[in-house]
Amino acid sequence: MTEVRHDVRLRVNGVERSAAAPARRLLSDFLRHDLRLTGTHVGCEHGVCGACTVLVDGRPMRSCLLFAVSVDGAEITTVEGCRSGDGGLGPVQQAFLECHGLQCGFCTPGFITTITAYLAEHPDPTEEEAREAIGGNLCRCTGYVNIVASVLRAAELIRSGGRPA
Amino acid sequence: MTTKLFGEPIPRREDPRLVSGAGRYLDDLGPDALAVAFVRSPHAHARIIDIDVTDALDVDGLVAIYTYEDLAGRVAEPLPVLIPHPALHAPRTAHPLANGVVRHVGEAVAMVVATDRYVAEDVCDRIRVGYRPLPAVVGIDAACAATHRVHEDVPDNTAARLVQEVGDAPAAIAAAPYRLELELEIERSASMPMEGRGVYARWDAADRSLRVYSSTQTSTSLRFALATKLELPVDRVEVVTPDVGGGFGVKIVHPWPEEVLVPWAAIRLGRELRWTEDRREHFVASAHERGQRHRVRVGFDADGRLRGLDVTFWHDNGAYTPYGIIVPVITATQLLGPYRPGAYRVEFASLYTNTVQVTPYRGAGRPQGVYAMERTMDAIAQQLGIDRATVRERNFIQPEQMPYDHGMIFQDGRPLIYDSGDYPAAMAMLKELVGWDDFAAYRERARAAGRRVGIGLACYVEGTGVGPYEGAHVRVETTGQVVVATGLTSQGQGHETVFAQVAADALGVPIDDVTVVTGDTRRFKYAVGTFASRAAVMSGSAVALAAGKVRDKAVRIAAEALEADPGDLEIVDGAVQVKGDPAARIALGTVAALANPLRYSFDAQTALATQFAKAARVDRPPVADDDEPGLEATDYYSPIRSTFAYGMHAAIVETDPETADIRVLRYCVVHDCGNLINPRIVAGQVHGGVAQGIGGALYERLAYDRDGQLLNASFMDFLMPYASEVPAIEIAHLQTPSPLNPLGVKGAGEAGVIPGSAVLASAIEDAEGFRISRMPISPSELWELRQRHATGASPADRDPADRDPVDREGS
Amino acid sequence: MKPASFVYHRPTDLGDALAALAEVGHDGKVLAGGQSLVPVLTMRLAAPGHLVDINRLAELRHVTVTGDAVRVGALARHTDLERDEPAYAVLPLLRRATAHVAHRTIRNRGTTVGSLVHADPAAELPAVLAVLAGEVELVRAGGGRRLVPAGEFFLGPLESAVRPGELAVSATFPVPPAGTGSAWLELSRRRGDYALVGVGVLVTLDAEQRVTRVRAGYVSVGPTPIVLDLTDAVAGQRYDEAAWAAAGALAATLVHPEEDIHATAAYRRHLVAVLTSRAAQRAGADAAGTGAGTEGAE
Ligand SMILES: Cc1cc2nc3c(=O)[nH]c(=O)nc-3n(C[C@H](O)[C@H](O)[C@H](O)COP(=O)(O)OP(=O)(O)OC[C@H]3O[C@@H](n4cnc5c(N)ncnc54)[C@H](O)[C@@H]3O)c2cc1C
Ligand code: FES
Ligand code: FES
Repeated sequence: MTEVRHDVRLRVNGVERSAAAPARRLLSDFLRHDLRLTGTHVGCEHGVCGACTVLVDGRPMRSCLLFAVSVDGAEITTVEGCRSGDGGLGPVQQAFLECHGLQCGFCTPGFITTITAYLAEHPDPTEEEAREAIGGNLCRCTGYVNIVASVLRAAELIRSGGRPA
Repeated sequence: MTTKLFGEPIPRREDPRLVSGAGRYLDDLGPDALAVAFVRSPHAHARIIDIDVTDALDVDGLVAIYTYEDLAGRVAEPLPVLIPHPALHAPRTAHPLANGVVRHVGEAVAMVVATDRYVAEDVCDRIRVGYRPLPAVVGIDAACAATHRVHEDVPDNTAARLVQEVGDAPAAIAAAPYRLELELEIERSASMPMEGRGVYARWDAADRSLRVYSSTQTSTSLRFALATKLELPVDRVEVVTPDVGGGFGVKIVHPWPEEVLVPWAAIRLGRELRWTEDRREHFVASAHERGQRHRVRVGFDADGRLRGLDVTFWHDNGAYTPYGIIVPVITATQLLGPYRPGAYRVEFASLYTNTVQVTPYRGAGRPQGVYAMERTMDAIAQQLGIDRATVRERNFIQPEQMPYDHGMIFQDGRPLIYDSGDYPAAMAMLKELVGWDDFAAYRERARAAGRRVGIGLACYVEGTGVGPYEGAHVRVETTGQVVVATGLTSQGQGHETVFAQVAADALGVPIDDVTVVTGDTRRFKYAVGTFASRAAVMSGSAVALAAGKVRDKAVRIAAEALEADPGDLEIVDGAVQVKGDPAARIALGTVAALANPLRYSFDAQTALATQFAKAARVDRPPVADDDEPGLEATDYYSPIRSTFAYGMHAAIVETDPETADIRVLRYCVVHDCGNLINPRIVAGQVHGGVAQGIGGALYERLAYDRDGQLLNASFMDFLMPYASEVPAIEIAHLQTPSPLNPLGVKGAGEAGVIPGSAVLASAIEDAEGFRISRMPISPSELWELRQRHATGASPADRDPADRDPVDREGS
Repeated sequence: MKPASFVYHRPTDLGDALAALAEVGHDGKVLAGGQSLVPVLTMRLAAPGHLVDINRLAELRHVTVTGDAVRVGALARHTDLERDEPAYAVLPLLRRATAHVAHRTIRNRGTTVGSLVHADPAAELPAVLAVLAGEVELVRAGGGRRLVPAGEFFLGPLESAVRPGELAVSATFPVPPAGTGSAWLELSRRRGDYALVGVGVLVTLDAEQRVTRVRAGYVSVGPTPIVLDLTDAVAGQRYDEAAWAAAGALAATLVHPEEDIHATAAYRRHLVAVLTSRAAQRAGADAAGTGAGTEGAE
């Protein structure tokens, strides 16, 4: 018995994308394997680590806890879409680089999407708020110290127009 | 040299790729490969009665199912014992697929290949395996009791027993004015990198060659292992390590069953195959570490100086010993820390249980050893009423006693000799950083306000940069670009940056001209691997040596071209020039062209080296007897023995008087890993290690029930700290260069994690006023201890099972 | 860890959804936020033949405040409820408790009603519904409609009163009587984890600021959310002098928690006493209009 496939259309990082996939295809797998956007990572597939976080219509969500077919039609932003307008590194990406906010980089895409959404709503967080903002993402390498610093630095970059000062 | 890069906190060169989603991790490769999944044992110990695949055969998308019966030749043999040791008298390893018996939950029983992972799991669901359960041996007590066996032919469940002795410790203890006996336990945790393991294999039937990508910490050794297992000539096998999403030890083990089976099946099927470990598999089918019980007997004088130390410990090695007994061997030696123990005796038994195998996790036996030693130091201080820092200071090896020979054998089979270090200076620095001397007053003020706070500290010494060797190849292209290749892999420590810093300095080129390739056996074939904080020391030194050779050759060739004396030349900004006369210079790219005397030219640069381009010296061959064409060189670094980094940590905790909730208020680190190549990267390593240390002390454990079921095989219940559980971390660096290598560096990779359980136990004990002898500790356990303590039953007074007549509480 | 296959239904209005549910009966499950259901499917702990995705039923995405209750539609996400100002104004406990549900990323998708139907005894919202004595509205094809009070809704761990073919369309959280303050406190291992013990307390004061009623709802101390009336321990006492610890002590005698790998039963019972007393004190202050910081983690 062959499995029924559904046409799934998404607007990913501003581009219309579509592919046919079985209903059970997780959004994380759909992005990674059907659309070949492998920036989104999978660390647990049960919603705890946050590596797979993408923005769905602007809100961060776990792509491993969504069926692609269920968000058909949505606007998706992945780490590949967190670049700046001119194609260079976006402010959050730039801040991670400046602050050594990553080591192996496996958790990083989930942090970058989460922080991007957070800063859009909270442009000037305190250190404590920055820590809280990343509270749902696991990193096994950095001890979070430099990720907290990256949040603050990214906020600074965005306030100063998205350019490294 | 214009700008010195050694010691500069430059940003990492791998980051632009990794922050923009352009990293290439194992599961990002081979989008069209077939998917592999495994049927794994649900039983901790059972005999396999039969495997029935009938229901699975009509699943659309199934490609193949394999069981042990399908394996042949060397693939059917048990996996290798990677590090044999004379004391490991009963090593046992698994077969790639279970051969009749399963010995832990998660052991692979059947392998499925299908069009995608979803379908592969559908097939797994439909394979029916009949098991006859056998009694499970879980925990150290059950292993010792040996009522049941993990391996039929190992009646006492003991894989290894090792004694090391310096002097007569029992006699020294018996003669000491004060004595103590402690029982100290630590539970299992695991490396738990965010990316699990994974293997992707491609077989080129026409070329009869195999390319394997693996998320491993050792591509070179995996290559040799695969060539052996699959009975292929080594030059027909390539292993490439892509970006690795963390390893922390677990990915040093090789070959994993999956690393053998995936390439094996790829060859049989003539198809590309990929297996990506999922999180549940990682919990039950990779490796754990830490579980040990220690009994410490110590004799000391009225000042708290050690006279004798006698440690017996029991190491739970799980179902198999593929990595030998490295972990307990490290505990046995590194337990000594910065101290002179007087006489020392250590004995351990490494025990089989029906649980996941134990192999090194960052720290590798040191966290347990340090925990045992530092808890002992605290107990001595408490017994004598002396400050905890003072007791330690009195036992320190002094800087003028370096190098210090313990008279023991270390994990590399070489003598345990500390190369350098200044422990008293480090302690002074730590006390200053954390405010040690003022804490008593703070504790009292807090207590008056109804708060409970405590301070703790712990010291460790860490043998890093263990041999046998690492190598590097440095090549200058005719464009002037420098390519550095090491066989060593990276697991996120920034090797692309650090090795580029070393090479750029040694060669005198801008760092932007340097590219580093790691862990690709096509580029460099000989290496040992990334573990034991050895990358910077071993490969860093090898890169410096190889780059030095290239520099010498460049100077020699340039001297000829410039008609100058080699001694008058230097390399600045990518060009060889006459000292004091920058106008007389020749670009390294040009030197590279000249280094390869050519018949054919491809561009203006290479035209310089063709046979009619220059006035050739006809009195000798174009390439001298002892020379090779090209501006490139390979060199290896092989140290006489390990170099010893060290550090001291202090933490301040607050425990809620009512809920027993535990919060880390401050965490301070003093750390000496010799010269720092890139301080920012070293600080990052320490941060990450500390977070794992806190995790291991307060949150992480692997909870098995009596039947050998792992009760918390998910991130919901295996509690790795989030940002909310890790405080800001304060670091101060000391830099005592190592005399053992050209860079004066020591390893830094594991430092942060090592004293975690020791320091937090110390701080909680200080806050609570009763002994903490079992880690990790949760609020629930702390509260239970409070209840027991209130009723007078202190946990430290538990009787060890087979105690002999030593005074329990001093004399 | 990939789900087994299923037949996917994506109705766009309530009628179609109910028809689909009627058709699939026992073999079907509602897919709301999926934040509990998807992990269960991924681990193959369940493999329903059909999923009826209600995420297109825009009509169910609402938070409505009426005079005496907050009504939450089946598609309102945790974040929607948490951020709803009118709801917070009349029933601050909703925000206070919801803030403890997992992390923001989960709350952005998971639904309040889904959480009730899932009936996890460690989840916050079931305890809130229970302590407020709210109800859930269930409908089925053919016009069948039931209003099930919280006391009859939670039947056991992960077991609610929803029957095959039924859809929970809304939950109603009644606004407690005037003079009532609230607090939510919980202790979890890591921030955002399910609580070892959590408690929501409602304290009602009379005009003289004396306690007339104390109700507490608990998570993680029984197979279902536990609701206790603790009025007797402190009745008639002024909120700022009340022996709140007595309320905690009383609560501890009335619960029968169980042990798991994170906490012993005795410790849980002890936490019930401590957290109840702390939360009741805060709720008392809240009722008196002096409370602050009730949103904090414990
Ligand atoms: C990492 C993680 C941490 C979490 N931590 C917490 C926590 O601390 N506290 C907490 O309370 N929750 C927690 N949750 C669970 C989360 O709150 C869920 O969102 C919630 O429990 C279920 O809501 P949902 O909309 O996602 O439901 P779904 O997952 O879609 O459904 C859950 C169940 O309810 C049924 N169902 C859902 N809606 C309806 C309906 N309208 N009618 C009939 N049946 C329905 C489904 O069929 C399914 O059986 C956590 C989840 C994750 C992944
Ligand atoms: S992979 Fe989705 S949360 Fe871990
Ligand atoms: S950088 Fe490796 S997990 Fe975060």
